Amino acid sequence: MNLDYTPADQAFRKEVRAFIAESFPPQLKGKSRGEYGGKDDFLAWHKALYKKGWVAPGWPKEYGGTGWTSTQKYIFGEECAAADTPMTLPFGLAMVGPVIYTFGNDEQKKTFLPKILSGEHWWCQGYSEPGSGSDLASLKTTAVREGDHYIVNGQKTWTTLAQYADWIFCLVRTDPKAKQQEGISFLLIDMKTPGVTVRPIITMDGAHEVNEVFLDNVKVPVKNLIGKENEGWTYAKFLLGHERAGIAGVARSKRAVERLKKIATAEQDAGKPLIDNPEFSRNIAELEVDLLALEYTELRTLARESKGGHGPEASILKIKGTDIQQRLTELTMEAVSYYANPYRPFAHDKMTNEYVPGPDYSHGASQNYFLARRVTIYGGSNEIQRNIIAKMVLGL
Amino acid sequence: MDFSFTEEQTLLRNSVQKFVQNDYTFEARRAIAKSESGWKRQNWSTFAELGLLGAPFAEEFGGLGGGPIETMIIMEEFGRGLVIEPYLGTVVLAGGFLRHGGTKAQKEKLIPEIIEGKRVFAFAFAEPQGRYNLADLAVTAKKSGAGFTLNGHKAVVIGAPWADTLVVTARTAGGQRDEKGVSVFLVDKKTKGVSCRDYPTVDGLRASEVTFENVALGADALVGDLDNGLPLIERVTDEGIAALSAEAIGGMKVLNDTTVEYCKTRKQFGVPIGKFQVLQHRMVDMFMNYEQSVSITYMVTLKLGESDPERKKAASAAKVQIGKAGRFIGQNAVQLHGGMGMTDELNVGHFFKRLTMIDTMFGNVDHHLKRYAALD
Repeated sequence: MNLDYTPADQAFRKEVRAFIAESFPPQLKGKSRGEYGGKDDFLAWHKALYKKGWVAPGWPKEYGGTGWTSTQKYIFGEECAAADTPMTLPFGLAMVGPVIYTFGNDEQKKTFLPKILSGEHWWCQGYSEPGSGSDLASLKTTAVREGDHYIVNGQKTWTTLAQYADWIFCLVRTDPKAKQQEGISFLLIDMKTPGVTVRPIITMDGAHEVNEVFLDNVKVPVKNLIGKENEGWTYAKFLLGHERAGIAGVARSKRAVERLKKIATAEQDAGKPLIDNPEFSRNIAELEVDLLALEYTELRTLARESKGGHGPEASILKIKGTDIQQRLTELTMEAVSYYANPYRPFAHDKMTNEYVPGPDYSHGASQNYFLARRVTIYGGSNEIQRNIIAKMVLGL
Repeated sequence: MDFSFTEEQTLLRNSVQKFVQNDYTFEARRAIAKSESGWKRQNWSTFAELGLLGAPFAEEFGGLGGGPIETMIIMEEFGRGLVIEPYLGTVVLAGGFLRHGGTKAQKEKLIPEIIEGKRVFAFAFAEPQGRYNLADLAVTAKKSGAGFTLNGHKAVVIGAPWADTLVVTARTAGGQRDEKGVSVFLVDKKTKGVSCRDYPTVDGLRASEVTFENVALGADALVGDLDNGLPLIERVTDEGIAALSAEAIGGMKVLNDTTVEYCKTRKQFGVPIGKFQVLQHRMVDMFMNYEQSVSITYMVTLKLGESDPERKKAASAAKVQIGKAGRFIGQNAVQLHGGMGMTDELNVGHFFKRLTMIDTMFGNVDHHLKRYAALD
């Protein structure tokens, strides 16, 4: 056991740092996610990474990955977080991409993978339905084979950033008579196909990120089926494993702790910096200790995975990581006291009043807290994650 | 020992309930929050007609002669409807300053105007550097002839866009955080040198940043004792805390009922999710949090008339309990509703946001734990 980075790792860190310094999209400097203007803002960083060949560190080298070691990937994540880079969106790179290169045929690989990497295709995820959340396998969207097409009918929901999407990957029911998990297939659907309608869902923080997607007699070529018909659940589970792996967000949370400390240093409490308030600094310390433990839990998981093995431990990362993310937004909101109250409008708001009072760091602090409630709900709720640990790890 | 309500109090509750059910549905509330002014004058007139604006005032001014219990009843029912109109700022807080600190002339002029719905107030106490310390005041009122000159910046003044008059705390002597040297003034918003920048708040209200630039105030603008306003401010904000506690339990009740109902009907894995023990226990904890909050709201309401340390301890205890319970109930109501709980469309998020902002108002859990401990 040792914690040292090799000289090669240290050199790599320098290289990453230099790259970020020169390639960070200038239009995004100092902006937080709520302030992004749209698709171009989301893609700006993606394209800079693509140009460098670093957009898909998780992929095998033959499909356009970087061939980095786990340690290098970790360093890369740390440096991106430290520089507050935007995140690349997971739907193409971390979700459908790995499904396509693992289970897709050569034509599908050739058609889709390069465009995921380049950012030409924007993907969204068609999993959840109004009646199928935690119980995903109960999904009702149907795909009926007619010649060389499927006719797809149903409704997907909580579809993140579908308003920009070119493609959606969907779980659909192809055999209504089979057992729930055995009648599901994995289909790729062009969002421009007639019958696809996107309706916005505004979340309680005022943002428009999620949508409902209605599928009304949508004609999908059979060649867009991934793998075998009725075996989609296997691919879906594979993808959910991938989704969980990055969800701990340790590096981003470490960055958020730094930001919180800066805010608590700037905020005044009885004429002294808030960070000198024993209760507040204790709250931050507790959070940091939890985060430190999680960091080493993640490192242990990474070390195990690099030796082959992808266990239900990922659920620990999800539960603890999201708990920490939520507490961070909560403490940040508490740090700004009354300036948590003002509403920061979004680009889609038709509010005539764009004025937001208080220091810049206070803007949107409570809205970030409200929005962060979703992290214990999405990607398999934390209750479901505990069920997984109970069943798979403890054998209960 | 008796926790029952009088017949009049029950009638009062029924009339507020009827108003909320008929005129303050969730959709009506949403429309009000999104309207240009952000509140509804007509509702204010209805409050006047129902006698709500006169509830805590003596009959000699045209009030109902009620007390903290009547305020609690009204605020609890308003909490169930997420009522936006500035009852707290006008009747509870400004009304409190007038009742406990107003001169005879101030009472005779202003209390009837409140009762008739003709004058709306907002309480301007917070400052950018002050956090929850009511005496940390950079806003100054300097003696000038017979009156005062007011200067400085008040932050996040809830309801100020709707107000005719602001109740302003200011430093009249001593250092920036001294307990002595604090005074309270009534400032007409139209006075020269008063400017407001208005904005919406996350919980559907409106607020302003208010700046005073050489605002000339007469001697009659002072409420309560010169330089010794802090005890009055604390008394009135403690009453405000009791009212907010009542509003909070109204909101908690709606969240708990909605969540239990949802878990009985939402099916996953072939059964209502309320059958899962882990969710049952969560809802039991939400229920216990609510019951404890009701208890502490009764406690603080009944102790508002007590002398200094007792009243302060009661208020801080209540603020701690409702802050913790509001957070637990709000967060878990969202969690148990899943994605639906995150939406703007469902009322759950709106109650959660309001409970979160109630925790901020007049000091959060940490602040009041510390105040409580220091009062021993």
